[in-house]
Amino acid sequence: MIRRLAVILPLAAFLLFVVIAIRGLDSDPSRPIESGMVGQPVPDFELEGLNDANPGLAASDLRQGTVTLVNLFGSWCLPCRVEAPQLERLAASGAVVHAVAIRDETQDVEEFLAEYGDPFSRIGMDPRGRMQIEFGATGVPETYLIDGDGVIRAQWIGEIRPENVEEILARMEALQ
Amino acid sequence: MIPELGHFALWLAAALALVQLIGGEVELRRKDDDAALRLLVPAAIGQALLCTGAFGALIWAFTVSDFSVLLVASHSHTEKPLLYKLTGAWANHEGSMLLWVTVLALFGLAAAARATGPGGRFRVRLIQTMGAIALGFYAYLLVSSNPFLRLDPAPVEGRGLNPLLQDPGLAFHPPLLYLGYVGMSATFAFAVAALLERQVTPAWGRAVRPWVLAAWSFLTAGIMLGSFWAYYELGWGGWWFWDPVENASLMPWLAATALFHSVGVLAARGALKNWTILLAVLAFSLSMVGTFIVRSGLLTSVHAFAVDPERGLFLLILLGIYVGGALILYALRASTVNEGARFRFVSREGALVVNNLILSAILGVVFIGTLYPVALEAISGERVSVGPPYYETALLPLIFVLLVLMAAGPFLKWRLADLRAVGARLLPAFVTAAVLALVAVLFGLRGVLAALGVAVAGWLGAASLLIVLGPRARRLSLSATGTALAHFGVAVTALGIAASAAGSIERTYPLAPGETARIADFEIRLDAVEPWAGPNYTSVRGLVSAAYDGNSELLAPERRAFVNPMQVTTETDILVRPSGNLYAVLGDGDGEGRWQVRLHWQPLVALIWIGGLIAAGGGVVAAFAGGKRRARERREAAA
Amino acid sequence: MKPKSQRLFLIGAAVAALIISALLAMPALREGAAYFYAPADLAAADVEPGQPLRLGGLVEEGSVMRLPDGVTTTFRVTDRLESVPVRYSGIVPDLFREGQGVIADGRLQADGTFAAETLLAKHDENYMPPEVAEAVARAEAEAKARPAN
Repeated sequence: MIRRLAVILPLAAFLLFVVIAIRGLDSDPSRPIESGMVGQPVPDFELEGLNDANPGLAASDLRQGTVTLVNLFGSWCLPCRVEAPQLERLAASGAVVHAVAIRDETQDVEEFLAEYGDPFSRIGMDPRGRMQIEFGATGVPETYLIDGDGVIRAQWIGEIRPENVEEILARMEALQ
Repeated sequence: MIPELGHFALWLAAALALVQLIGGEVELRRKDDDAALRLLVPAAIGQALLCTGAFGALIWAFTVSDFSVLLVASHSHTEKPLLYKLTGAWANHEGSMLLWVTVLALFGLAAAARATGPGGRFRVRLIQTMGAIALGFYAYLLVSSNPFLRLDPAPVEGRGLNPLLQDPGLAFHPPLLYLGYVGMSATFAFAVAALLERQVTPAWGRAVRPWVLAAWSFLTAGIMLGSFWAYYELGWGGWWFWDPVENASLMPWLAATALFHSVGVLAARGALKNWTILLAVLAFSLSMVGTFIVRSGLLTSVHAFAVDPERGLFLLILLGIYVGGALILYALRASTVNEGARFRFVSREGALVVNNLILSAILGVVFIGTLYPVALEAISGERVSVGPPYYETALLPLIFVLLVLMAAGPFLKWRLADLRAVGARLLPAFVTAAVLALVAVLFGLRGVLAALGVAVAGWLGAASLLIVLGPRARRLSLSATGTALAHFGVAVTALGIAASAAGSIERTYPLAPGETARIADFEIRLDAVEPWAGPNYTSVRGLVSAAYDGNSELLAPERRAFVNPMQVTTETDILVRPSGNLYAVLGDGDGEGRWQVRLHWQPLVALIWIGGLIAAGGGVVAAFAGGKRRARERREAAA
Repeated sequence: MKPKSQRLFLIGAAVAALIISALLAMPALREGAAYFYAPADLAAADVEPGQPLRLGGLVEEGSVMRLPDGVTTTFRVTDRLESVPVRYSGIVPDLFREGQGVIADGRLQADGTFAAETLLAKHDENYMPPEVAEAVARAEAEAKARPAN
């Protein structure tokens, strides 16, 4: 009897481990966490532009009555390159797309825009990644949909994929 | 083109692994062992060649910076030195999993070509099981972690490799560790084959022993290299952090250590059959649990890895199939394994049982500490971290008893030992221990624990040397030499741990150039702080001179700023002297001309790694023991 | 030893190993396990000073100060609801920056300052330590639940 038990014990211990592991995976800590800012007005901010010729981005720019998109990106970020064509398509369809360059240098951003296109109406430089916290972003890229009164209405974590474009345009249309 | 070839080779290799699994089964049903081997051995060899080819293709893509491959674009950069372009191939999830299966396939090749064992059917089962394990990992790689995924359009430049990973120590740490982890898969396959064929015999024990020892030696060397890397690259001055990733490599190491000791009992005396099989299953299971923990993001670690829950689930399924399957097989078959031979408590085998007992308890403590946070969060949602204080309080007594007893183990005879005679032979070791502890205290060692640590290291070291240098050294077998060497290595490591823990001094000084400070016997002076440029980074370098006994040496700790990706790393500089290491780290400047300089004096700390390498060497020596007998068995099997 | 008693002895030994490891592990776990707190948790919880714990959050903008001794750094860790003053002696990690996630291991002092023994700043650009991300997200959710002011 004791022997039978001793032989099955390892299996039982392993099953226990599997159960715990599945529960652990289920409550996986690395899942994208949605910003609690959705539904909130955008925080006050004012960012410098790329250079003297280009205006920066401020919270007041997002309260002008038009629905806008704000894209948090970095020239150093690979998925940002992947989403560039989608942002171009959005801009071509008439959407106003603003950008915040997170922890970036002017020259790098200029090279990035030259390479991957510049669909942005305004670009704010955020050398210290402050906006990432203000918008409640966990990474880069992230894109926020903001209504005419400056309230954040939706958030896309990670790169915008081709299949997201229609959805985004439809939601912008609905809010206008 | 070449990446596609690599991808294709991976599919072919997976197909051959499938042939190993199914073909082996078909031929065994027909009871034709020879036909089975004629099919399986070439399949295993072909699988290994194809998989190595696939790995070569990935290395090639990294070497030529082919950024149309997603993996290369995300982890490499044209400005990276060639060495790190190469090592970049496995410094990421997909590449490291490909390295893992490549090593697995190579072990499969070695097992197919070289392994002996009880009977032809057993060999077929062995190769078949190796194929089955490989198959699961091919599926994992091809379905959820394809390293050859293309990126369209290809970026002109890659994202770069984490600068922390741009280091020769870390470049070779994963391959060594994998040789160890995956080596356990061979042991696992031996155990499964033995259970399936009901061949848990002393001959099986002799056949599996070199595999366990080889894997253990690789694992030991891999862990030591990783620890050394953490010591000089992370810049904290510590060499072991009880981090989940480190524990993940420590747990299979503990199981493997218990395993080859109990395999010894099985091979020599035919006892501990079920226990040995269970340990063989456990050693590989823990390697897989380790990979799972690290790769699934179940635990957060200071060694950052990209995590993906989907992959975690896939790995968990693989884990369930292999480990669950093996444990069910064990539950079904273990009670049919015939009783092992009898033995007495005061004997070599009795001592090895105690060894296994203590090692299992240590393993249990580490396992509980590692998994407790996961279990607690799953049950109550609370987040908790378990750090060094837990491990130190729980493990110290166990390790102490283990070190005391392991000195005596090799002096005990099989069957029945004469304790009084053993005591007489060990007297010199006892005297050495006492003298060493006394000398250490005279030299300023403080603390009862430290003195005990030095004494027990002296006791074990002297006892191990007595075997190699004693009157019976001439007739010493390779196996006993390996044992003595490995035990001596452990003593050296223990001395390093005790001395560095007790005598370590850490100070942080804010110094302006020209100012001086003192630590231990060193007069420190910050000569200058200057900019410096490396191949793909710029840095600020502190020139710190350390004067002692009329000598002066220059240390140059740096803060490096990498551009691709943007990151700052701390490069320590270490002055290595026979009596210890002086470790220097440059911190931030305060903008008014002062710089933080952290200094760390750690006596005898280098012995920790030297001892580890000696122990690994001992494992290699012992692995060659019994080689003549195995060669004869192979010839007989071939005839 | 007789077969039966040897078997019992071996099984007994295995059980003993289990019990020994549990006996050693449990008290050590109670002493050595550090619970994770976000600043808001810490404010709400009744934490004994001197107990080891782990504090996670963001380094508050503009709060990092180097004390005149040249080696002690003070800053505040925030989750945007509450913030906790932290004191750390030594060289801060490479990735330690204002506005970035940080995890500090240490103990709460009687005066409410958190004395950090180790600092872990982990910020791969696309990545925030999960504990921190979760704490911040939770704090934001609570902020949303409160009436806007």
